[in-house]
Amino acid sequence: MRRYSVLDPTAALTDRLIMDQIGRRSRVIDLGCGDGRLLCRLRDELECSVQGVELDHREVIEAISKGMPVIQSDLDRGLKEIPERSFDFAVLSQTLQQVRHPQELLGEMLRIAHRAVILVPNYGHWWIRLQILLHGRAPITGSLPYDWYNTPNLHFLSMVDFRELCERMQFKIVCEIPIVRGRAARGAWAANVRADNALYVLEHV
Amino acid sequence: MASQIAPTDRSVDDKSVGIVQTKLAQLFEPPSVLVLESGGRLGPINVAYEAYGELNPEKDNAIFVCHALTGDAHVAGKHSIDSRKSGWWDGLVGPGKALDTTKYFVICANVLGGCQGTTGPSCPDPATGQPHGLRFPFITVGDIVEVHTALVRSLGIDKLLAVIGGSLGGMQVLDWVARYPDITGAAICLASAAKLSAQGIAFNAVGRRAITTDPQFQNGDYYGSDPSKYGDVGPRAGLALARMVAHITYLSEASIERKFGRDLQHGDHLAYDLQSETEFKIESYLHYQGKRFIERFDANSYLYLTRAMDYFDLAQRYGSLQEALGRTDARFLITSYHTDWLFPCSQSRELVSALLQTHRHVTYLELDSVFGHDSFLLEIKQLEELVTPLLRETYRRCRQS
Repeated sequence: MRRYSVLDPTAALTDRLIMDQIGRRSRVIDLGCGDGRLLCRLRDELECSVQGVELDHREVIEAISKGMPVIQSDLDRGLKEIPERSFDFAVLSQTLQQVRHPQELLGEMLRIAHRAVILVPNYGHWWIRLQILLHGRAPITGSLPYDWYNTPNLHFLSMVDFRELCERMQFKIVCEIPIVRGRAARGAWAANVRADNALYVLEHV
Repeated sequence: MASQIAPTDRSVDDKSVGIVQTKLAQLFEPPSVLVLESGGRLGPINVAYEAYGELNPEKDNAIFVCHALTGDAHVAGKHSIDSRKSGWWDGLVGPGKALDTTKYFVICANVLGGCQGTTGPSCPDPATGQPHGLRFPFITVGDIVEVHTALVRSLGIDKLLAVIGGSLGGMQVLDWVARYPDITGAAICLASAAKLSAQGIAFNAVGRRAITTDPQFQNGDYYGSDPSKYGDVGPRAGLALARMVAHITYLSEASIERKFGRDLQHGDHLAYDLQSETEFKIESYLHYQGKRFIERFDANSYLYLTRAMDYFDLAQRYGSLQEALGRTDARFLITSYHTDWLFPCSQSRELVSALLQTHRHVTYLELDSVFGHDSFLLEIKQLEELVTPLLRETYRRCRQS
């Protein structure tokens, strides 16, 4: 069974960044919520009404143990049982590159929620470019510590790629925050070369 | 409110609630009789129940267990040291188990219309002294829940920590939170649905037909001089047949294949004999299930309770699922099983959708098991690892507020 929630060394920062995008007392669904860590903070610190979705059985039990409501579900099979606009925010952290059909999932997120908050790795980073150029091999980095044959990451996208998809799907990018060396760097120069990850807030045009 | 724990037995099996007794409560004494959903009136009503553990002084640690179609109040422990069988959910209820009787006060009661101690068609009508038979009023899942609510209140409990049940028990859980949104902290609904599917009604229809066409049925008036011995008289063949059909719906293709396959009961060779009714192991098993069932169940109760199940339709009763379930703050745990074709996952997903739409607190899992509809009774470990943290968290939350 594939697990969506991967250990993220910059979790504290990204959790904070995601929380900054979410209004107090909002209704939030975290897709690939893992052990419910972020949901817990959203509930306790922002008084949000929360819901998790997670595939991995152990993580689901962890989330229940934190008192989080969680649905065990495979994001690749869609979110059909989640009604339209039943949330203010749908969060997808470090997961988009792992699902089979990212485009469908983005569409689903903006069906079930008014806004989507998405954290994705940036494969346009210079170190990845350099590794491919110098070694001619699939890159391995600190935030992507996998070999090509055992990685949960199915899609390799850059910030430019993501923007283009949003445009094609007619999603408005409300906010884009590149994360450079573990720091939020809003409006950073040459972000597509320097950012390890990027956070996006989307809504329908 | 002390439980019926015999210390001697505890030392033998410290994970069991020990030796327990079914108790009897008399409720709805005239003139405060129960007005049934069908418009009929019933009272007094005897309710057979068992309770384990201690109700704490705050009275906030009570869990009510709703049994399924043919279950009873005897959910855990044994009735005597010599009993061969423990209660029907003994794996889940006891010291250190999911429904931990060292922490929680666990109650289970036989349903209205049943035949295991609670008032039902085999009980004497106070007016005539004769068993009710088919003169017993029509009952619904809602009526069952009303009686259990009255029982819980008679025990001095205003709010339950949790209500838990599978199948028809799960329907009661749903009806309970729809009827009394504030009555419980958690609602645990296993292998169940907001309504019985047309397929489910179809199988119930076959079962009822088997009973009512049995020449011994005699329009429901088959009881002998001692109506509690319904196993010795009446439509035994019909009731056994009803059970055989129903039992198939509780299993899965995979579980039957795994347990029996095409194995023969006697020897290795086909007998080429039509008189041989139990040639395959699966046949023999179903016959055995039918035979055991008629010893413990009353045919009239079977008619009434399957009908109550057929009639159950939460959305129809309350306008919509959203209206039925949207008013409670209870935390829901809903599970369905991939191999359950009587209450398929799609029906649980409908519940989950309605709960999400109304912003309720819902945890939902579609679980793997080969056992089909019966999974909720058999996959104890799987259930325990979900129910234990859910109850712990609900209890913690209830105590905080």
